[in-house]
Amino acid sequence: MHSSVNTSANHPYIPSTDSERAEMLGVIGVDSLDGLLGDIPPEQRHPKLNLAPGLSEQELSAEFGAIAAENASSSSGYISFLGAGSYNHYIPSTVRSILQRGEFVTAYTPYQPEAAQGTLQVAFEFQTVICQLTGMEVANAGMYDGPTAFAEACLMAARVTKRTKIGVLASADSRLPATLLAYSKYQAIEIVSIDSQATEIPDDLACIGIQSPNFFGEIEDVERLTDLAHANGALSVVHVNPIALGLFRPPGDFDVDIVTAEGQPLGVPMAFGGPYVGLFACKKAHVRQVPGRIIGRTIDTKGRTGYALTLQTREQHIRRERATSNICTSTQLIGLMVTVYAATLGKQGIKDLANLCYQKAHYAASEIDRLDGFSVDSTGAYFHEFVITCPDSPSKINAALLDEKIIGGLDISDRSDNGMLVAVTETSSRADIDRFVAALSKIGAAS
Amino acid sequence: MTISTIAANAGDIDRRLLMDRSVPGRKAFTVPESDVSEQALPDAGMLRDDVELPEVSQLEVIRYFSVLSQLNFSIDTNFYPLGSCTMKYNPKINDELSNLPGLADIHPLQPDETVQGAIRLLKNLQDDLGEITGLPGVSLAPLAGAQGEYAGLLITRAYHDARNDSERVVAIVPDSAHGTNPASAAMAGLEVATVRSDDQGNVDVENLRELADSRTAVFMLTIPSTLGLFEPNILEITKIVHDAGGLVYADGANLNALLGIVKLGDLGVDICHSNLHKTFSTPHGGGGPGSGPVMVSDELAKFLPKPVAEKTGDGYVLATPEQSIGPINGFHGSFSIAARAYAYIRALGLEGMQSVSENAVISANYIQARLKDKYDLAADRYCMHETVLSATRQKKRGVAGLDIAKRLLDFGIHAPTMYFPMIVDEALMVEPTESESKETLDHFIAVMRQIDDEIDSAPELVLDAPHDLPVTRLDEATAARKPVLRWTAEE
Repeated sequence: MHSSVNTSANHPYIPSTDSERAEMLGVIGVDSLDGLLGDIPPEQRHPKLNLAPGLSEQELSAEFGAIAAENASSSSGYISFLGAGSYNHYIPSTVRSILQRGEFVTAYTPYQPEAAQGTLQVAFEFQTVICQLTGMEVANAGMYDGPTAFAEACLMAARVTKRTKIGVLASADSRLPATLLAYSKYQAIEIVSIDSQATEIPDDLACIGIQSPNFFGEIEDVERLTDLAHANGALSVVHVNPIALGLFRPPGDFDVDIVTAEGQPLGVPMAFGGPYVGLFACKKAHVRQVPGRIIGRTIDTKGRTGYALTLQTREQHIRRERATSNICTSTQLIGLMVTVYAATLGKQGIKDLANLCYQKAHYAASEIDRLDGFSVDSTGAYFHEFVITCPDSPSKINAALLDEKIIGGLDISDRSDNGMLVAVTETSSRADIDRFVAALSKIGAAS
Repeated sequence: MTISTIAANAGDIDRRLLMDRSVPGRKAFTVPESDVSEQALPDAGMLRDDVELPEVSQLEVIRYFSVLSQLNFSIDTNFYPLGSCTMKYNPKINDELSNLPGLADIHPLQPDETVQGAIRLLKNLQDDLGEITGLPGVSLAPLAGAQGEYAGLLITRAYHDARNDSERVVAIVPDSAHGTNPASAAMAGLEVATVRSDDQGNVDVENLRELADSRTAVFMLTIPSTLGLFEPNILEITKIVHDAGGLVYADGANLNALLGIVKLGDLGVDICHSNLHKTFSTPHGGGGPGSGPVMVSDELAKFLPKPVAEKTGDGYVLATPEQSIGPINGFHGSFSIAARAYAYIRALGLEGMQSVSENAVISANYIQARLKDKYDLAADRYCMHETVLSATRQKKRGVAGLDIAKRLLDFGIHAPTMYFPMIVDEALMVEPTESESKETLDHFIAVMRQIDDEIDSAPELVLDAPHDLPVTRLDEATAARKPVLRWTAEE
């Protein structure tokens, strides 16, 4: 045990000087920090801590530069065709600029609405944007990410229908049912797999969980599946790609009950998987079963418009073990990025972008389909990504692609023989796509 | 809403929403022309008409959001003594570094060999968090404190299940606990049993002894407690729970008090989570994104959620522990938040880390010492990193804790956490953090004393506060009764 901690050195993040500390300790009436720690068992106090010495900002920057240089990305000359839930889209300068505002970045959850009208109005705009994109009546202020939003939506369907069996389409990303399982494992919920072409479903389902575009990029028949759910007293939960909503009819057109999405494509960096934001929208009738934060408009004592957290009696800090969820966050800062992104793209931009992504993906597919040994399995309307069958194992092909500084599509041979899921967005130029196709051609010929 | 009603209602600030600023034909962005041959679109019946999004210029986007930002309090602009939330300085270099090319633009499903730097960073952060908490098994997967806590409970259940001890379905939770504790316990299928606090704010050890039995899965304890107090009977408490066959889970929300002062693992804690957005300085973002790594003893490491970064002979890999509770979200956790936390730990180093808690504890006790003649204390003893005041004396004079909190806003000081923990009447929980200078603390103390004076000299100043913010108090009851949750065309 050390008799006292030597912290004489000041740090740029810690303003108190030795003399100020001594003065404060004097007011408190103790000689040293240890005078305040009497409740902590002495044998356990001041353990040895094996941490490296502190770094100056300059040294820290150098270390991070070295870490970043060990990763392959577009900034080090790689092109990538990975998607499967995280997509490389261009992020406009407006998003990056607003993200520099410390007033947004370093604020807390808006429990004091008078001191947080900026955050609150942005969240109200976010809810509006999500409703407009999905065609739904209400949205919450954001969840952790897409898969957790989907899991919470399925659990909400179970609460609404008072049923415990949840159907998830077999064509969905396996991360969706896996996250749902993590959220429901100890709640007497059963998860069953439903085929996209099913014409009958069990009559005790709480919902059908549909991903559209599905894991393979294909648009599901949301209208038919929603009707099927409703005919059996179940809800429909649809997990969408928000960029696809610039082109395809939204779930709101099909009487869908709950819509979720991964918000990342809307102006959020891929950042090795997070943080992202889960989007969550539903019919107004179900609003009191929604998990997470919801912002409402109201007036102040002078009649002026203002915004505040609302319907809080659903939440953990009020309802505790009877809350709709344990979530405390709205992932607000990422919601801000989504909101600025949507405002920047606007009515025309989202349409143009969705179309451009569609054009590029279909162009890439048509070029790959011409190659000997490769075939494109996806047919019809697919968005962002598509499945190809390779002449050899996708892992071997990807290893060869990597030598050419190309990060290939996702190896999905566990779901489709020699299958590779290829994603193409507006950030892939025609030259990038052609380079990818030429490399596949060369590797395919050699295999 | 029309422009005229806004002008009448909002004074100088133009609060119109984006859709009310929209002018057909305006744009803030141009999507590039396609450089590939034209591909046929699917059947028109599948396609939608326009998405109803705003049409505004690029300057309007920037000005709108910039002006909105100015309606906020934030750490960059205000003192934020918000108890239990650890509103410390968020170093700017951390934001910058986490956005470096090579970190911000890597895909989560890239092969491990192409992301060695990223996985190395995660491994180093795991090691540091394991060292700081004394719980060496670490997963950075949880996306927030509540998810870390839930992961901890899933680990608890997996541990008991693996021992065929699955009758353990009770989580014991103190009456002072944060609401997420019982909410997460319920999600994990556990019944909640509440243990009382004694008159000193400590866990009532005798009550715990009665509750701990063969049905106890876990005892969830916030250390230091939500009263800002270190539990003096901690060793006895962890022994009682272990003797009954349960595990001890520590809610690490208040870890900022303990850095280098004590390791949770040394106290008999089996599992904890930490909020990187509190103790490790990552920005709160107006309510997320957070990050809530879960730390466990060696014995429990095999149950951790995936992924866990590991070092092998060939380099770094993202691994799945042998009896993992599985994934709990989409990918690997909040990577760019983890990067910020790692930068913070590296910048502070050993000495800086110890200095954080020393200064956080001294500052909180200094405020307590200088306010306790005017404000009651939840417990009259030395606190750790935060002090819980009680405005009971002020309440008798006609002013509630809420009013005091709102009046602070007029002085540019964010309100303390109010009415929490619920076992304290008129609670005002004050956490200054190590980031604030003595001048700032002295200013806060002076303002708190002045507000106490105002209760007698000019009570309306307190009762009607805040006066000088973009809005006065809001009608939250109507907001909940008749929810307006989105923009709609002309009402």
